[in-house]
Amino acid sequence: MSARDIGIVYRKELLEALRDRRTLISTILVPILLFPILTVGVGYVVAGLIEEADREPARIMILGGTDSPSIITNLVKSKNLIVVSEPTNYVDLISNKKIRAAVEIPPGLQTGAGTDFAPVKIYMYSGDLKSTTAAKRIEDFFNEYRDNLARDRLTVQKLPASFLKPFVIKQQNVVSAEKVAGETVGGIITYLVIIMCLTGAMYPAMDLTAGEKERATMETILSSPISRTHLVLGKFLLVLTASLVTAALSVTSMGVSSWVIQHFQDQSSGSAMHIKIGLVAVLAVFLVALPLAVMFSAALLTIALFAKSYKEAQSYISPLMIVVVVPAIAAMLPGIELTPRLSLVPILNVSLLCKDLIAGNYHWNSIALIFLSTCLYGGAAIFIAVKMFHRESVLFRS
Amino acid sequence: MIEARSLSKRFHDKKRGDICAVENVSFTCRPGSIYGLLGANGAGKTTTLRMLATILEPSDGTALVFGHDIVEDPEKVRASVGFLSTATALYPRLTAQEMVEYFGRLNGLGEATLKKRIDDIFDRLDMNSFRDRRCDKLSTGMKQKTSIARTLVHDPPVMIFDEPTLGLDIMAARTIVAFIRECRQTGKTVILSTHVMSEVEKLCDVIGVIHNGSLLAEGTPTQLREEYQEKDLEEIFVKIVTAHVAPHAGVEVS
Repeated sequence: MSARDIGIVYRKELLEALRDRRTLISTILVPILLFPILTVGVGYVVAGLIEEADREPARIMILGGTDSPSIITNLVKSKNLIVVSEPTNYVDLISNKKIRAAVEIPPGLQTGAGTDFAPVKIYMYSGDLKSTTAAKRIEDFFNEYRDNLARDRLTVQKLPASFLKPFVIKQQNVVSAEKVAGETVGGIITYLVIIMCLTGAMYPAMDLTAGEKERATMETILSSPISRTHLVLGKFLLVLTASLVTAALSVTSMGVSSWVIQHFQDQSSGSAMHIKIGLVAVLAVFLVALPLAVMFSAALLTIALFAKSYKEAQSYISPLMIVVVVPAIAAMLPGIELTPRLSLVPILNVSLLCKDLIAGNYHWNSIALIFLSTCLYGGAAIFIAVKMFHRESVLFRS
Repeated sequence: MIEARSLSKRFHDKKRGDICAVENVSFTCRPGSIYGLLGANGAGKTTTLRMLATILEPSDGTALVFGHDIVEDPEKVRASVGFLSTATALYPRLTAQEMVEYFGRLNGLGEATLKKRIDDIFDRLDMNSFRDRRCDKLSTGMKQKTSIARTLVHDPPVMIFDEPTLGLDIMAARTIVAFIRECRQTGKTVILSTHVMSEVEKLCDVIGVIHNGSLLAEGTPTQLREEYQEKDLEEIFVKIVTAHVAPHAGVEVS
């Protein structure tokens, strides 16, 4: 009878959720569209801006260099640089984006070969894309000039080019593509799964508790023979479903978006960062995140039940986001490793474990400890939710 | 049959401290008759009926509803009761039929029985034209009929109505009044709370006057008229309440 009752409540809540535009938007539409917009959309816009900055000739100013005419001549001739001569202060011009950069050529740069001289200084607007591009072009120009100068000197001295660079240094990745994925995108995926488990549960949790009070249907359902425990469990299962669906759709959508971006990068540049996330790793992440979603769903139901209206529930639940974001974001910070003590800290433990799982590191003791402790927290949260549904002061708060 | 035995309910309010909403209330409602709980706003009517419907738990005392104890066997009590009030709204995103089906299933009806019951009720209440329409798209009258169908689907022997016509227009109120009469005719035990005297006159076989959480007087309309030497029920109500309030609080009730 009890499983039947829970099933009846669950099916009814599911039917209502599927007919609710707000639930469909928060559970299905947002996770599907968020990542294509964030990755493909924003990526496209950023790529466009970089391309425009690359294409557009940069206006620059030369300071000094009267005794280095050939350097100035070559600088003026160089592609994508327009040398302007303005009587006003170059700092103001750069600040107002009238010019993108200025280069100060120290006295005797052209003629004083072989002696120590002051550095070539490039003045720029830090953080401004077009200014950074202009500064890079100037730097490239002077790097090339310096290399040519060195080469000419070596030729005069009859020395080989390797005289200045007797050896090269090369970095080589020796770990698997899964481990690279764990370190690079593992934190983001983990963060995403945790946050989406929470946000997916938020709206249904409020709708099924405070929403019921607001619509005056709480008394209707309480007058039916179903026990309050079964009623809470039916509602809880719906919130959990929404939480997991949102998280699964988010990760799928992110995976597809990343694949599309990588596919196009491969085609355009011929090189790609080799990242591999196995399906088993993703499923393992979901398995570990499951008790966390249970905890979120039950906690949100409990908190929202205290509210008399949907609006009030929103104000109770919003601060919870900060409580979850901080430990969830920890997985993205470098240097934080999973320790036995951290294995017991809710959210943070799942966050760090998921990152490990994506990297292909299966430390079974940690997995068992974290899974069991999170199950315990989840069970406690359900217990509290059930208790709250039995409290008249909470159900009929006025 | 409903037998309320010394029902009491106390709440704790942060500002006002402990409040006794219902104190030591006892009465009996018999099958085939309508018991009217008459009282002003805040008298304790809703709290009493919510306790009988096991939505609230009594602080002291108990009641037997169709032979089941409201404290010991709340789920069996709810299965024997149809509860209707202005606070028992419909799920807006369900259709009228889905709404009634949901409560039929929660009352343990099998699918075949449920279908037969729904067809029967929808025919009787003339609801077939809007059975597949969502509850948020229904008119007030249609909503009332759907609420009635919801309370009737498991054919409960006891009906509890908490100010059922409050805020309704004349036509919707008439539907409810007709339904309450029908419940009496079919032998159900009916308890009704109201502060509308015309409703009491029209419907109630026995009246219980409740004020400040206490049941002050009880009897048939004829008995009350004889006892208080008044024809008008409103005057009788005022007399009863005034007699109680004046010595206790020194407040005159007009």
